[in-house]
Amino acid sequence: MNFPETLRYTPSHEWIKVDGSKARVGITSFAQKELGDIVFVELPESGRDVKAEEACCVVESVKTASDIYSPVAGTITAINEDLDKQPELINEDCYGKGWIFEIELSDPSQVDQLLTAEVYSESYAT
Amino acid sequence: MSYRTPLYDHHTAHEARMIDFHGWEMPVHYSGILDEHQTVRTKAGIFDLSHMGEVDVSGPDAVAFLNKIICNNMNRLSYNGRIIYTGMLNEKGGFVDDLLIYRKEADSYMLVVNAANREDDLAWIEEHAKGFDVTIEDRSLQIGLIALQGPSSVEILKEALGHSFKDLYYYHFTEYEIHGKPMIVSRTGYTGEDGFEIYGGWGDIPAVWDAILEAGRHRGIKPIGLGARDTLRLESRYPLHGSDIDPDTTPLEAGLSWIVDFSKDDFIGKQALVDQRDNGVPRQLIGFVLCDKGVPRAGYNILCGNEVIGKVSSGTMSPSLQQGIGMGFVDPNKLDKKNLFLEIYDKPKKIDFQKGPFIRPRTYVKK
Repeated sequence: MNFPETLRYTPSHEWIKVDGSKARVGITSFAQKELGDIVFVELPESGRDVKAEEACCVVESVKTASDIYSPVAGTITAINEDLDKQPELINEDCYGKGWIFEIELSDPSQVDQLLTAEVYSESYAT
Repeated sequence: MSYRTPLYDHHTAHEARMIDFHGWEMPVHYSGILDEHQTVRTKAGIFDLSHMGEVDVSGPDAVAFLNKIICNNMNRLSYNGRIIYTGMLNEKGGFVDDLLIYRKEADSYMLVVNAANREDDLAWIEEHAKGFDVTIEDRSLQIGLIALQGPSSVEILKEALGHSFKDLYYYHFTEYEIHGKPMIVSRTGYTGEDGFEIYGGWGDIPAVWDAILEAGRHRGIKPIGLGARDTLRLESRYPLHGSDIDPDTTPLEAGLSWIVDFSKDDFIGKQALVDQRDNGVPRQLIGFVLCDKGVPRAGYNILCGNEVIGKVSSGTMSPSLQQGIGMGFVDPNKLDKKNLFLEIYDKPKKIDFQKGPFIRPRTYVKK
């Protein structure tokens, strides 16, 4: 399994890729493998304000539904509408075409609290 | 304490994802539920079902005894090699378990029961056998079971065993020697496809598994886990004990009145069923297809208009239909088939009432 070092991670298996005050969020390769074939994504609404660790969308595999938590506080600015027709993109390319939403961070320093690839892979992705 | 089937090493060698299933370490998927599902629908899949329970009931009173504890009529097993699906009910008419009964001889039967209920079933059977001249033997940990399911099953089994079972019809079985060992080849399954279930000695079953996989390789056979077993059975609308039927659910509520023979003198649960037949059922199992996107899950509310009239008992994304499907219990007095919704994440989503299975069964039924 692959956990890019340029990303930060949460114990609930989201990744976040920060670019200035904006960030992109998805689920890790460990999470998509645990879930199995993903068949539906209930995307958040663009424009919605979320708190850190707030459940804001749902990823559903054949067997189970899993809440996705925003790693940071902010406003959701974009959602990956391709997932509407191709939820399997999360299985195929979880860090690329399988991203879930983009967020404008209200406090970019929150990112520093998140897990590094090393800590996440050793302590959570097992 | 957890059990392993004789095929445990085969599963881990095939990189199966293993889970605990009622005390058994079982494969939930290998290549992925969707891929496995489509493989069974289009080619063939092989399942390890060795966790299922097998209980032999024999003796001069076998028929009378079984007629007391099941709701179907043993006279439907009118010749050796015949199988019936039936229910073992409690006094309330609820399912202690659902099961298959195999007639080996007029006084010798094999009951195939759910792994999760095996111990409760045995206790129930032994308790009610008092006063009958029968012998009860739990052979669950001596008999391994594999299923071969899918449109290529006949050809694959012929190649694997060098014998064609094309004249064996659905719900029939034959005792057949494989690799010099006595086994049972049964035209049954839980997928809605044509196929077989093969019962053999615990230690003898892995060689049959290998032979079938080898014979099926060029036809695209794959091992299938419990995940796809569930989506396959749900598309065929077969009930699952613990989800759609349980000790508080009667065959009449679950749409299984065809397995109840009211003409039988007496059987456990009969009075409760007669009451329901005459006065109506308090809840009724329905099937539905989700019109919108989403995945129905057990426990979701079923609405008629704005009113909650029941709950989903089983649901999934149907890989064949690419739509959410499910079953659930509703109040029949409040059911308007044209005005149904499912509550998903607090929002009502339209569902269409579904009569019968979600896909056409392709079992090998004698016409």
